[in-house]
Amino acid sequence: MKPAPFVRHTPRTLDEALAILAEVAPQDGRVLAGGQSLVPIMAFRMARPAHLVDINEVAGLDKLIVENGMLIVGARVRHGAFHKPVEPGPLGALLASVVHNIAHYPIRMRGTMCGSLAHADPSSEWCLTAATLDAELVARRKGGERIIPARDFFEGLMSTALKEDELLAEARYMLLPAGTKFGFNEFSRRAGDFAMSAALATYRIVDGRIADARVGVGGAEASPRRIPEAEAALNGQMPGDAAFRAAAEAASAAIDPLEDIQTTGEYRRDLVRAVVRRALEASVK
Amino acid sequence: MSAATKGSGTTWVGRAIRRLEDPALVTGRGRFTADLPAAHWVRFVRSPVAAGTIKKIKPPDGAFVVTAAELAGVKPIKPMLYKFNYRPIGQPILADGVVRFTGECIAAAIAASEEEAEDIADAVEVEIDETAPLIDARDAASSAALHPEAPDNVIVNAQVKTPEFDTAWRNAHRIVRLEARSRRQNATPMEPRAAHAAYDPATGRITLTCTTQMPHLTRTAIADLLDMPESDLRVIAPDVGGGFGQKMSLPPEYVLIAWLAREHRSSFAWTEDRRENLIASYHSRDQYIALDGAFDADGKLIALSADVLANIGAYSCFPTTCGVEPLMAMAEIPGPYDVRHYACTARGVATNTCPMAPYRGVSRPVITFALERLMDKAAVELGINPIDIRRRNLIDQFPYTSAMGLVFDEATYKETLELAVKHVDVPAFRARQQALRKQGRYLGLGFCTFSERTGYGSPAFAARGMAITPGWEMVELTMDPSGFVELRIGTSPHGQGLRTTLAQIVADQLGIEPQRIKVIHGDTDRSPYGWGTFASRSLVISGGATLIAAQKLRAKIIKLATHMLEAAPEDIVLGDSAATVAGTDRSIAIAALARDAYHQTHRFKGEIEPGMTEAGHYDPPGTFSNACHVAMVEVDIETGQVKVEKFIAAEDCGRIINPMIADGQVHGGIAQGIGNAILEEILYDENGTILSSTLADFLPPTAHEIPPIELHHLETHTTATNLQAKGLGEGGAIGSPAAVMNAINDALSPFGVAIDEMPATPQRIRAALRARQQTETAA
Repeated sequence: MKPAPFVRHTPRTLDEALAILAEVAPQDGRVLAGGQSLVPIMAFRMARPAHLVDINEVAGLDKLIVENGMLIVGARVRHGAFHKPVEPGPLGALLASVVHNIAHYPIRMRGTMCGSLAHADPSSEWCLTAATLDAELVARRKGGERIIPARDFFEGLMSTALKEDELLAEARYMLLPAGTKFGFNEFSRRAGDFAMSAALATYRIVDGRIADARVGVGGAEASPRRIPEAEAALNGQMPGDAAFRAAAEAASAAIDPLEDIQTTGEYRRDLVRAVVRRALEASVK
Repeated sequence: MSAATKGSGTTWVGRAIRRLEDPALVTGRGRFTADLPAAHWVRFVRSPVAAGTIKKIKPPDGAFVVTAAELAGVKPIKPMLYKFNYRPIGQPILADGVVRFTGECIAAAIAASEEEAEDIADAVEVEIDETAPLIDARDAASSAALHPEAPDNVIVNAQVKTPEFDTAWRNAHRIVRLEARSRRQNATPMEPRAAHAAYDPATGRITLTCTTQMPHLTRTAIADLLDMPESDLRVIAPDVGGGFGQKMSLPPEYVLIAWLAREHRSSFAWTEDRRENLIASYHSRDQYIALDGAFDADGKLIALSADVLANIGAYSCFPTTCGVEPLMAMAEIPGPYDVRHYACTARGVATNTCPMAPYRGVSRPVITFALERLMDKAAVELGINPIDIRRRNLIDQFPYTSAMGLVFDEATYKETLELAVKHVDVPAFRARQQALRKQGRYLGLGFCTFSERTGYGSPAFAARGMAITPGWEMVELTMDPSGFVELRIGTSPHGQGLRTTLAQIVADQLGIEPQRIKVIHGDTDRSPYGWGTFASRSLVISGGATLIAAQKLRAKIIKLATHMLEAAPEDIVLGDSAATVAGTDRSIAIAALARDAYHQTHRFKGEIEPGMTEAGHYDPPGTFSNACHVAMVEVDIETGQVKVEKFIAAEDCGRIINPMIADGQVHGGIAQGIGNAILEEILYDENGTILSSTLADFLPPTAHEIPPIELHHLETHTTATNLQAKGLGEGGAIGSPAAVMNAINDALSPFGVAIDEMPATPQRIRAALRARQQTETAA
């Protein structure tokens, strides 16, 4: 369980990092942030990058601010930064409620949000959050930048729209309107394990009824995504057991479930039904 | 034994003193095998497939790689059993043309660092002609033979049937059948396997340092395989980070490391990584057990029939042989119940999977699960509550000779059951269970009563017919001229706290503090021959030998004191590090007596031999400790997730030497048992690829999954051992799976589904519920 040989680069500026990445990307160069996902798969030699561009000392990537109604999370911001709300509104509270489900404390102190997004594990809590909230993902490369909407970013199991010479420099989230309700729930075999299914829901109450519902499901399909059928089952309804059950049922039916030797599609649908309803129940607690 | 320190006001046995071994361990100063520097590091090239013929092994140019071709003079590991239709099969140190399981060693790549060795191993080209693997024990007869010695793949096949069985069976009021399946597990010690061997050019000796539970037998076995005198091999087990049985079998990797040091006259080391441990260190508990219980109308079990099918993996482990699981199952399935008529077939079959070896409790977690499920199922079918059916069947006359001829010494099966029942408050639980069901929450309560055979000596092992018959233990006890004591033991503790408990035993005999006593173990140059730590034996047997040696040394101290104090031996009292004439202030420090025993021997006019060394050996018949375990669980019906809310254990292991250490043993065992029941599973696909090769896939419980554990002790001093103590190292792991499984089934009872497969994963529970719902919908 020792990684294959590699060269580690330690740039101090973003330009330097992007220049190195441009140079080493064709030789399977990879970006190293917290290393909580990449390093284990290197230890198993499932990943064998010849070069690592270590961004841990790159100035400016630790940005964590609100600007123009958006929360901006730089590539070096660790999960642990969200343990307490990073902004006073519902988004800060939402991120704080989600972050405690990510693995264990030591991992949260090393791993980064942008690293999780770029790794694109289907069970990642941050990938689910980004997909549900339609985050904008800022990809930088030598001499260029593009903004990728979350719905176009996740392309499948461990697969994203990032090009090999692109660095995910920032994730941006629209602040949530005051009064936004939210709830998160995930299912894993043990505390801290990868979620076998997870759900995040947000909505507002307008005239006593649900509006602007967002229901995201992770861990159940190759990539996390919003489930329009579940959102439709909520919008215009009174918040409560009937609407929540209908949304859960709709989500369970809508997914294209991941299956493996232990986990049938039917079981995955059971889990989605449970986590969606529980996320919605958490929104009213 | 309290008489030993009469006058001092202090006895050490029975006190929860802190463990003497812990300061080094908890401050990072422990010494483990992997800490040693080595000139050469080894990485094994392992088979990526479960079955096949090796066509080519091509190392990179110039690399130091060893294959079976270089090992012509090294014998295969071939343990022997002289009973039960055992067919001896051999395990080559490196695969010799054929691979029989995923992870089998094919070659060893060697370099100056672990990293470089892994790079070389990575670059070794291996070509294997794959053949169809045999994975499930039930397919043994219809599959190709793994070993020519066993064309049907059956390596051990035992039958027993008591004379009046058929008559009893015909007279039964009701037959209850239970088909239990236990999935495969890995013991998962914190420290995986590791070995380091160094050649000493001055003496020509090899020192093998390795993480093992049995250093002496490791020396014997490797010396035999390499055809060298045992005196040329020193085996050291330094601090060992857990074993649980996985480190009581001889790994071929250790043999190769010793061979390399001898052949190349240098130092070689190997540290197993977690993936290797999960795929290629020993597995266990892959069994099918079918029980048919014949009950009378009152719920009394009158006859029991069992069919045991154990998947033993590709090879037979040394020294126990692969008979260890099926044969223990056959001997002990009737458990603590009075059942006079018994029939059993027990088979161990070879498959293309990692070899099986003992794991804490060996077969007993599985057979206890099967039997305790049978008792609960019978209770339901006969309309009796699960506590009453146990009350009606537990043995209460001692000594009791079982249908298999095992002699059960006095124990407290019914008393521990009643003690546990008292602490559960069953009516309150049932009321809460009923109330919560209305809210869609499903609680369950599960009982398990069981016996734990412990501290058994050579006559008990002899019944198995092994070529190697363990049992006794020896110790040597020396007080040096400074009055400090060294106890050298043949057994090999690795977390059980024996450095503390044995010191407590000696301290009471000699009237000194345990801190003055050092326990030396795990070094064949420093300790007498012994078997090692396994089978809940070390405290009872090595402790018994220690008591004998300490009593002899105590007698010598008293004899010295009678000379120096001019008093009668019966008037000498030992305590507070001094020998005192009772009722007087005439006293001499024990350390002064020790110095005299070495430096003033002329004073004793030849009546007392010089020096202060005594030996002790002990070989007891064995004793059964017992317990009742109770689990309270909640099953999440929507996801199938099981949460163990609370665990209660009432146990009796006789005299307790150190209550804190005893509690720790039980806690750890229960935690492992909970993992066994709901989490841990080694999974192969049909190609023999192992799917649980990381700790993200093989799931030992964490602190989150372990509930508060409430322990109650009945400390019934036994006459079966000289310490009045019984073993308890395995009981926690033996009873807890059954208690949890019974609780899960109790929780699921409103749905009419049963889960008789361990682990009871959420997927399996949901599948059972869904199948039931579909049946009902169809009806």
